Amino acid sequence: MSLGEPNLSRRPDRAALFIALALAVIAGVIVWQTSMMRVPPIQAKVGPQVFPYVIAGGLFLLSIGTALSAWRGQFPSREKDNYGPMLWIIGGLVGQMLLLGWAGFSIGTAVLFAFTAKAFGRGPLWQTIPIGFVLAFVIWFIFSRGLQLSLPMGPIERLIP
Amino acid sequence: MDTFGLLANGLLAALQWQNLLYALLGVTLGTAVGVLPGIGPALTVALLLPVTYRLDPTGSLIMFAGIYYGGMYGGSTTSILLNTPGESASIVTALEGNKMARKGRGGPALATAAIGSFVAGLIATIALAFLAPWVVKVALSFGPADYFALMVLAFITVSAAFGDSPLRGVTALFIGLGLGVIGIDLQTGQARLAFGIPDLLDGIEVTTLAVALFAIGETLSIASSRTQMKEEVLAVKGSVWMTLEDWKRSWGPWLRGTLIGFPIGAMPAGGAEIGTFFSYAAERRLSKHPEEFGHGAIEGVAGPEAANNASAAGTLVPLLTLGLPTSATAAIMLAGFQQFGLQPGPLLFANNAPLVWSLIASLLVANFMLLVLNLPLIGLWVKLLTVPKPWLYAGILSFATLGTLGANGAMSGRLGPIPFSFELLILLAFGILGYGLRRFGYPIAPVVIGLILGPLSEQQLRRALAISQGDPMVLIHSPIAITLYIVAAAAVLIPLYFRIRGKGAVLSQMASDED
Repeated sequence: MSLGEPNLSRRPDRAALFIALALAVIAGVIVWQTSMMRVPPIQAKVGPQVFPYVIAGGLFLLSIGTALSAWRGQFPSREKDNYGPMLWIIGGLVGQMLLLGWAGFSIGTAVLFAFTAKAFGRGPLWQTIPIGFVLAFVIWFIFSRGLQLSLPMGPIERLIP
Repeated sequence: MDTFGLLANGLLAALQWQNLLYALLGVTLGTAVGVLPGIGPALTVALLLPVTYRLDPTGSLIMFAGIYYGGMYGGSTTSILLNTPGESASIVTALEGNKMARKGRGGPALATAAIGSFVAGLIATIALAFLAPWVVKVALSFGPADYFALMVLAFITVSAAFGDSPLRGVTALFIGLGLGVIGIDLQTGQARLAFGIPDLLDGIEVTTLAVALFAIGETLSIASSRTQMKEEVLAVKGSVWMTLEDWKRSWGPWLRGTLIGFPIGAMPAGGAEIGTFFSYAAERRLSKHPEEFGHGAIEGVAGPEAANNASAAGTLVPLLTLGLPTSATAAIMLAGFQQFGLQPGPLLFANNAPLVWSLIASLLVANFMLLVLNLPLIGLWVKLLTVPKPWLYAGILSFATLGTLGANGAMSGRLGPIPFSFELLILLAFGILGYGLRRFGYPIAPVVIGLILGPLSEQQLRRALAISQGDPMVLIHSPIAITLYIVAAAAVLIPLYFRIRGKGAVLSQMASDED
């Protein structure tokens, strides 16, 4: 990871302040959920609640530290990111997730494969989806038949005995 | 039985033909995946763990040993020929190795890395075999409070001592610790932070988290980067073999690197990769050709590469004898053990001696296989390096989801009429987390180590407090625990002193980024 100079241009660093807020919220959720646990009094002393409270306390302190650090602009500088390719990849993962259950491993993974390639500038989809399909099918065959992994099956996988 | 006898028995087991086959498969897969740009040993091990699910424990661990060593070797090939180290431990190798490759001496650079890794792996694995029983003897006298202190030391060294910001390191660790709480509490059977979701009762899988943070987080951050680095793979020109001069200049650094790397890796603390930096500094000082450093000095490849491998074998000492993972790779290996209901630690040596010793023996076998296989196959590895990015990352993501499904393929989630895999949803969520961590300069390894070590440390803490009936003084009662806390404090304060003195640059280079 290459870390540049602290970025003094963005002070306070809003995104980093958001991280501080998120840490505080997580700490709050841990405390809230843990306090709702009903623990028999006999376990109360060193019971299952101690550790979550300690972690929540730590996260809360870290949240304050992060806020201070954000205020002083001590986070490494960041380049402006391209969100288009990211959305392609996330779209591919969501698409695969929603297809796997009924269309099977090969079709679902073909979508993930093609969308990821698209994120890195390789297309068009009508070419990459079939490539992904063939690859995913071969992988499926090796791993489910050769190594006995239970991978989701769809109409196409069911054709193979 | 003495160490020799146990090791000999282990070798006999490792040399059975099906175990040799597992080791060969592991070494080949490990190298092939490890050589891919952007994939370090930790991700190699996490991606390939599902391949070993259906084997018996011994076969699986033997294959694992091969994957581990193969992944390390693949990583150094990448850094010499591509100058994009997949792991922080390879940064130093890239420094001189890539310069050598640019001068057309890529062959000897790869050869000295390979032979150096072999020499270091051989010596360090034998050292592991002799050191481990001794550590086990000491560890058997440890009480729960001492174990807790040991884990605190590991937490601090992994998160705060190195890297460029202790704040971000500790934050990463606490995110991991928080994730570790999710699921059923083993001592009382109560659900914690499960939000009523049945899939969360088993807790977060270490491999799912590691694959998400390393593979998906990395892919997202590379895809979104505007300044796509132009990488050129350097062809291996001329002979792969080292000249007599190269041999003369290599053997000293190999041995010194091993001597530096192994003890650092074997310590029950994070930061195993410092050994490579120390070794580089030592070679630079001792070299008869100091002017070559920075322009492709062979000593600068031989020493750090040996140190890297020796410390990788060294990290197995705390992992096997104490159950203490000190690197992300070791954390994933611990998850591999837990897959079979095995908990590494002193009791594993007592109860499962044949398994432990065949694992150690198969490290020797894997090491030997790597030496024989890799130099002749160098052309194949170079081909793998030139896979274009779209196909490379599309393939990595396909494999990442395959492994996650292989571990837990239940379609337990539901979106309207469509069933989906909850495990993949977790993979996606943590992938985005991994992107965020990278973007804001948070280290990844502490998250993984926090997740697996958090519940173990909680167990020891509660055990200690239960024995003392809730008196927290028990935690600083034994001299062992006090010593460990003092070392932990020193691990925070000494780097702090260096940072204040303005020498932070060196520390930030040592960020335990991946391995």
